[in-house]
Amino acid sequence: MATIYIDGNPYQVKDGDNLLSACLSLGFNLTYFCWHPALHSVGACRQCAIVRYRDENDTRGRIVMACMEQVADQARISLEAPEAKQFRAQNIESLMINHPHDCPVCDEGGECHLQDMTVMSGHNYRRYRFKKRTHLNQYLGPFLHHEMNRCIQCYRCVRFYNDYAEGKDFGVFAAHDDVYFGRFEPGVLENEFSGNLVEVCPTGVFTDKTLRKHYTRKWDLTNAPSICQQCGLGCNIIASERYGSLRRILSRYNGDVNGYFICDRGRFGYEYVNSERRIPHALKQEPAGNWQGLKKEIAIREIRDRIRAARKVIGIGSPRASLESNFLLRELVGADQFYAGIPEQEAKLIKEVLHILRHSGVRTPSLKETESYDAIFVLGEDVTNTAPMLALSLRQAAKNQPKEKARALKIADWNDAAIREVIQGQKGPLFIAAPSATRLDDAALATLQAHPDEIAKTGFAVAHQLDASAQGAELSASTEDFARRVAEALLAAKKPLVVAGTSLYSQAIIHAAANVAMALKKAGKDVGLFYTVPEVNSMGLMMMTDQYLEQAFHQVSSGEADMAIVVENDLYRRMPAHIVDAFFQKAKTVVVLDAIAHRTGERAHFVLPAGTFAEASGTVVNNEGRAQRFFQVYQPRNDIQSSWKWLQALAADDQLAVANLDEVISRLIACYPELEGIREAAPDARFRVGTQKIPREPHRYSGRTAMLAHIQVSEPKPPEDPDSPLSFTMEGYVGTPPAPLTPFFWSPGWNSVQAINKFQIEVGGPLHGGNPGKRLIEAAQQASMPYFTDVPPAVQQQADSWSIWPAYHIFGSDELSALSAPLQERMPASYLALSPADAKALQLQPGNSVEVNFHGQAIRFPIIIKPDLPGGYALVPKGWEATAGWIFPVQSTLKPVQA
Amino acid sequence: MISHLRSLWLVFKHMFHKRETVQYPEEKPYLPPRWRGRIVLTRDPDGMERCVACYLCAAACPVDCISLQATEDENGRRYPEFFRINFSRCIFCGYCEDACPTYAIQLIPDFEMAEYDRQNLVYEKEHLLISGQGKYHGYNFYRVAGVDAGVKAKGAGEKEREPVDVRKLLP
Repeated sequence: MATIYIDGNPYQVKDGDNLLSACLSLGFNLTYFCWHPALHSVGACRQCAIVRYRDENDTRGRIVMACMEQVADQARISLEAPEAKQFRAQNIESLMINHPHDCPVCDEGGECHLQDMTVMSGHNYRRYRFKKRTHLNQYLGPFLHHEMNRCIQCYRCVRFYNDYAEGKDFGVFAAHDDVYFGRFEPGVLENEFSGNLVEVCPTGVFTDKTLRKHYTRKWDLTNAPSICQQCGLGCNIIASERYGSLRRILSRYNGDVNGYFICDRGRFGYEYVNSERRIPHALKQEPAGNWQGLKKEIAIREIRDRIRAARKVIGIGSPRASLESNFLLRELVGADQFYAGIPEQEAKLIKEVLHILRHSGVRTPSLKETESYDAIFVLGEDVTNTAPMLALSLRQAAKNQPKEKARALKIADWNDAAIREVIQGQKGPLFIAAPSATRLDDAALATLQAHPDEIAKTGFAVAHQLDASAQGAELSASTEDFARRVAEALLAAKKPLVVAGTSLYSQAIIHAAANVAMALKKAGKDVGLFYTVPEVNSMGLMMMTDQYLEQAFHQVSSGEADMAIVVENDLYRRMPAHIVDAFFQKAKTVVVLDAIAHRTGERAHFVLPAGTFAEASGTVVNNEGRAQRFFQVYQPRNDIQSSWKWLQALAADDQLAVANLDEVISRLIACYPELEGIREAAPDARFRVGTQKIPREPHRYSGRTAMLAHIQVSEPKPPEDPDSPLSFTMEGYVGTPPAPLTPFFWSPGWNSVQAINKFQIEVGGPLHGGNPGKRLIEAAQQASMPYFTDVPPAVQQQADSWSIWPAYHIFGSDELSALSAPLQERMPASYLALSPADAKALQLQPGNSVEVNFHGQAIRFPIIIKPDLPGGYALVPKGWEATAGWIFPVQSTLKPVQA
Repeated sequence: MISHLRSLWLVFKHMFHKRETVQYPEEKPYLPPRWRGRIVLTRDPDGMERCVACYLCAAACPVDCISLQATEDENGRRYPEFFRINFSRCIFCGYCEDACPTYAIQLIPDFEMAEYDRQNLVYEKEHLLISGQGKYHGYNFYRVAGVDAGVKAKGAGEKEREPVDVRKLLP
């Protein structure tokens, strides 16, 4: 700690920090543009001018940029000195010279950092009378709207897009006051994190195109702290509603999970919540094909009668349903009749991951912590597409070793431009072994494209090189060389990290990764082991049951059970269609609770409308075993409610005896003591700040007495939320609520997302009261399991039989976000990818089609040729209509189709 | 006795005073143009809706009686998809008019809005939108804004330079 004097008063600040960040951490309001807590300082905008004095006798001082000055003990600075204030006001005046008169039609208005800073600096009257420079806009794809006139040349966008996310198709053009930020030519911004430009841009140059379609000002949104449901990482988000539809998703800072950013799938994939495929009311199908709407009470009564009459009722849970929903389903049908709604293969993989996390003695870092590792080995995962935010973190981690050079030169970590100058684009030790080239390969030192079994063997070989007592594997010469390089780099690193996951459905890969991590641990390294899992609550679900979908289907096909309740699960995406069809033929009554109409719902006898994360509250467990609570955003004006509320109504004899979320959690914990921690994921519903609830709406929320006046001029009573300390109104505590309950970031004078500085203990650090979420699994100090030995046998290529593996896509592989129109624009058409040699052997050209024989059904795929494939196997997109229900790998012939 | 006579005299005298009673509704009182009465939405000199759906009126409204939703036409011109004022809540404070950056929302000297049914005091856009410019003439927001919303092209505004050619540095 150092003592600095700000305007004569002493303050304790962190050593090595820059003065801007120190001042903001202390709560001062100092204007800035180009500095960003994650992108650090470059000193480009000259807006954070302060006066720095040589010593206590210096009365004149000199103007410096706070973001470029290091904290020094006994430093004397002034924010309030008239020269500094005048400098800041004049600087912003010149930045604003060309800024157009757009605020009323600008989407940033009301949450604009430029507006805030202009007001803060006191520049309130434009003296400039001459002509403004103008720019033409570019089409940037379905996610972002471009309005270049508004630019103030702070360079944050290129620094995020090119330097931080390492995108390639964006840049800065022209010179002096004509500087232009955009693509070389109009087109889709390719980077998977482009949406963060919305938050990074201090003004309205990049705005959210999906929000634009149903535009609402920040002050009019009803917000809730939520968890992104679109992959297994569980990034924290703010979900916002107006007039009964979800309007946008923003990232919600969590210093342990996603930090300041989220991926484009999470940000723009929310439109399924407003989809026409939502089910608003309970439905009954009897006889088949004849649908009728049911009142809530009648539906519950009828289903209860069926449950009473049934021989045996089974419950099929889901990895995309909350812990509470899965638990109440288990309560309703009984523990023995509760099945995880995923096939055995996937379930066992997740079980294995859980086992390794508990017993390998290797710590699983949080998503944010992965940025601190300096050598990374990725086994079999295309992380950009299976766990997108991990790719962004790994890119930062890959810069750690090159950064050492800058540290040796005593360049502070925040001095972004200087560090970049030292690094000169040098890559750190990041190694990726995957079945095909990945979007992260450009950051990697070396990559390997190989058959999944070969990848697992490489992992085993690396572990063997690190510790001879671990099982080794025979490799080809080139792979051997790759393995040796990886082993050397991992051993040379201070903090090596091993990343693997379930995406290739390979237990061997998971074991190989564990072996590498355990060997590194044995070598005394501070090693991390990070597994990705397929869905938002995959981990939570597998902590609750070890019965799988196959067993559930067997219960019905054997005639033992005749009724099934399926919660938030499209079985046709889990298992081959003929198996699910057989299940539906045998089952007498099937009740489906889900948010979206799908094939499983179409065949059900009863469909109950379940809430998505926007209409439901609950707890989910992410891939590191962190329990996180998401809260209902709004109360819909139909029968949609949390699945667990429906299940409770089905179970209760007396409908009035409705327990709230906390009571459900208490019962859950009584059943599963190892889930005790989920109680701490967020304060319970009785929590108050003083006596006040925390409002979901900002105090400026408008239109309360008019928004429903067309239906009934007398305003209805606002809905109540018995499940959380959040209220659905604007009344309540204004200030800093506990971090898991922060519905939006706002502070007086700070209307933009930059208000986050006021919610952190120190800039870029944890939120007040600690970052949200509670880790349920901590690794033991010592490994309590031996090395795995299941090295896969050499890959045998059978003539005429191809192994087909899944390829993942950030836009499309996730079931729900793939229903969102903006994402659909970015989804590639279905394909089957072959290596050039294989395509030649099969006499196939791009554009030809092949037929894959899947359980007697011929499925047609257009061919694409991927030069990066080593050959011997094919890839198809996971989660597409054509591959729904496939259990990978699929063995099939590839029959060319005559066009 | 004196006081009785005095009172009689005063009453008698009032017979020759000017009458205060106005024969409303046959006779209308004079209301100045800036009198704060019924709220209207006006059009710009080109006959298009002035409202750009910026939500500032709704935010300024102390009784929260204005509710609207923004949408865009094919040129990217913002306008309200719906615009609702609940006059049963309105206090005619005129803050919405103060807040309006485009002179769209204006209060006019008309107060004759009484209804028997409160529901009829909910005015939608079709009830609010008039075909003239109201009190403020000649202003068209899209002529001075930086965006191209089909009114003027980028750089064609009065105070705008031609759009920058970003490749002019190229050889």
